[in-house]
Amino acid sequence: MARNVSTRRKLAVTAVAWTIGILIFFPILWTFLTSFKTEAQAIASPPAFLFFDWTTENYFEVQSRSNYFKHFLNSVVVSFGSTLLGLIVAIPAAWAMAFAPTKRTKDVLMWMLSTKMMPPVGVLVPMYLMFRNSGLLDTRTGLVIVLTLINLPIIIWMLYTYFKEIPGEILEAARMDGASLSKEIIYVLTPMAIPGIASTLLLNIILAWNEAFWTLNLSAAKAAPLTAFIASYSSPEGLFYAKLSAASTMAIAPILILGWFSQKQLVRGLTFGAVK
Amino acid sequence: MATLHTRSAARLMIAPSVLLLLAWMIVPLAMTIYFSLLRYNLLMPGMEEFAGLSNYTYFLTDPAFFQAIFNTLAIVLGVLFITVIGGIALSLLLDQPMFGQGIVRILVIAPFLIMPTVAALVWKNMFMNPVNGLFAWLAKLVGLQPFDFLANAPLFSIILIVAWQWLPFATLILLTALQSLDEEQKEAAQMDGAGAWSRFFYLVLPHLSRAITVVILIQTIFLLSVFAEILVTTNGGPGTQSTNLTFLVYAQALLQFDVGGASAGGIIAVILANIVAFFLMRMIGKTLEA
Amino acid sequence: MGSITLKNVSKVFGAHAVIPSIDLDITDGEFVVFVGPSGCGKSTLLRLIAGLEDVSDGQIVIDGRNATELPPAKRGLSMVFQSYALYPHMSVRSNIAFPLKMAGEEKAVIDKKVADAARVLNLTDYLDRKPRQLSGGQRQRVAIGRAIVRQPEAFLFDEPLSNLDAALRVNMRLEISQLHQQLKTTMIYVTHDQVEAMTMADKIVVLNRGRIEQVGSPLELYHKPDNLFVAGFIGSPKMNFISGAPAAAYQAHTIGIRPEHLALSKEQGTWRGTVGVAEHLGSDTFLHVNADGIGTLTARVSGDFGVTHGDPVFLTPDVQRLHKFDDKGLAIR
Repeated sequence: MARNVSTRRKLAVTAVAWTIGILIFFPILWTFLTSFKTEAQAIASPPAFLFFDWTTENYFEVQSRSNYFKHFLNSVVVSFGSTLLGLIVAIPAAWAMAFAPTKRTKDVLMWMLSTKMMPPVGVLVPMYLMFRNSGLLDTRTGLVIVLTLINLPIIIWMLYTYFKEIPGEILEAARMDGASLSKEIIYVLTPMAIPGIASTLLLNIILAWNEAFWTLNLSAAKAAPLTAFIASYSSPEGLFYAKLSAASTMAIAPILILGWFSQKQLVRGLTFGAVK
Repeated sequence: MATLHTRSAARLMIAPSVLLLLAWMIVPLAMTIYFSLLRYNLLMPGMEEFAGLSNYTYFLTDPAFFQAIFNTLAIVLGVLFITVIGGIALSLLLDQPMFGQGIVRILVIAPFLIMPTVAALVWKNMFMNPVNGLFAWLAKLVGLQPFDFLANAPLFSIILIVAWQWLPFATLILLTALQSLDEEQKEAAQMDGAGAWSRFFYLVLPHLSRAITVVILIQTIFLLSVFAEILVTTNGGPGTQSTNLTFLVYAQALLQFDVGGASAGGIIAVILANIVAFFLMRMIGKTLEA
Repeated sequence: MGSITLKNVSKVFGAHAVIPSIDLDITDGEFVVFVGPSGCGKSTLLRLIAGLEDVSDGQIVIDGRNATELPPAKRGLSMVFQSYALYPHMSVRSNIAFPLKMAGEEKAVIDKKVADAARVLNLTDYLDRKPRQLSGGQRQRVAIGRAIVRQPEAFLFDEPLSNLDAALRVNMRLEISQLHQQLKTTMIYVTHDQVEAMTMADKIVVLNRGRIEQVGSPLELYHKPDNLFVAGFIGSPKMNFISGAPAAAYQAHTIGIRPEHLALSKEQGTWRGTVGVAEHLGSDTFLHVNADGIGTLTARVSGDFGVTHGDPVFLTPDVQRLHKFDDKGLAIR
């Protein structure tokens, strides 16, 4: 009897949760479906959900019109580059704060996070001018530099919370066993922190991939990543829903798939150690 | 605690990060302050001259400025309200036993992974468009006049879009927190005769407080400078109805090429953000310490 | 050769002197136990010797060489940590081999030494497992294995048994003592458990609030405690302390008598009292007696002594084994 009731309850929960899940996901699903329609079908009323003539021509059109692959490559270079660069700078810093803390460590961490609070517009003008004068405007190098800087506090903070969970005794054991500082970090700390480093890497790639203030303002054509590629579709030229959908699908698919595969690490990383 | 040797190594290792962030904070900010005191327009090169505080008076007396402050706060608070309440409700739902929980999680997390420009364009054209959007079709289906969201309720529409993007973040963090709640505590509360509501208020909600703090902190950081969503949907309009501080400064700088004015606006934005940050950091510092 | 000498060693954290000043000689091959209540500075002292903390002042001499400034790796010491501190991502084999690898030993030498250590510690069958697949006792042995392969001047143990259950603790205690007899290497062992100290040590160092209260062999400390603290800390159940008039009768401020040195009788004796709680261990019974005008006294009697709660009894101290202390808590001899 009790089992029956709980199964019924489980079914009800399932129905509600799936409905809400699909509603939340619907805009993405709809975009995906629309990308395979003709422009006429895309704005047909009533809208066609699944029963339409599937076509892939939009994808070819988008590629020929605005060279998707160039922007895709820009996005990859900028997001991976800035994240890797950030990790290289952040790992030693996080080690220092987690394993050789001083009275000021908490303040330093807070200060680092507070630099994220500074609104980007506060420094937009000088950044723009500096970039223009040094030839960094509309270059991938320039974008990598800026995204490294804006995500550095988050990378440090995340690594710090992961490192904190590694017992200091293990590093001391390595020191007793004769490991130098660099060997301690390479042979003991890094392998133990791989899961944490991986989720830091993922989250920051996603943040950098989707970053849309600096990438829009500091790139034009040459270095424009997918954020800017999509923004160029914001001024409509005739019938364009299907092509917009195709472009959108192409822009979000790589990171969506990456995010889905790594959702566990992602969520854990996002909690910044506040939730174990 | 550690030895002198490790402490000096630690200082060396933390130095690059600190120097980089310090430079990142100070150099452009100092330049912004300097520019904000100049009459400086990119369309009139060579015409720079000292302008005192006139840029500030210009900005502070501009009605668009107050509208922008209001809009900035409305976006932050509106999105926080929707995502925190919605996130708690949704995480409680997802914490129940059900079939296919993993797939539902995948569906729910998706909007967080979508780049803001895509999210805004999809909502603007395919849902909120008064002619061809799905909402218009739905309205007609039930016999209503289609509503032009972005023209008639631009700020609300933007809040909706941004909230859609951030709801997964809040939900997943709160869900993780819920799942870390000790099962024995819940059972103990049940033994003590606490009903579902009192369990929620006296046990679950306090347990979630840390996670809620994190959600508020992280989201505020990003929401204070919402930009792409405005750029591709309303362009700040109609008029300045959906212009936030970020967008206002952007428009001043890169559309009107008024470096001096934009810099003054940037400095004001920094000061406001610092006020918000001050309170937030105190709150976070307290919660994360415990 | 592993003699260790501490000269005037002190450790200050901020304004707080954890260890005001300590002098200590440890001769080669000794099994020395640092014992004391938590927060007494025993672990800090061990970490100072290990080099994991800097001394604030004073000198640490290891094997005739001033090691005060040396990093941990150069001091020729091995350490077994309370949490074992095994490397979770390495197999048992790699864990034990790690110090040798860091010392740049050749692979053949490493393999042989690891195999020897594994044989001594009964770990041969587990060499390819990861630490998480081992039981507590096995992890403990891996930690010891990692310590012995380097053939150090001395071993440092930081409460190594506190994470084991009671039965295993007794076993490992024995194994470590046997290891000491085999290797004859200096061992410094930190614990808060006076039973461990008594059973294992050649020499016990009793610490309290960063100061050495007394140094001596287990039986010296048991029979001739220098002060109230040592008297109360060593021995189980604790020594009974009596002050006031009954103590004045023995020309002392406080007198102490161990539970095993109180004779019990149902008919007559020095002090009269009633039985409170009786703890039956089988072989022995610990009686908590409310003695008139004195307070609660613990007495050890044979397991067959038949009294229950509320019975009147008489207690007589063995005057030969009475400990007398002055008003500063120091022993009067």
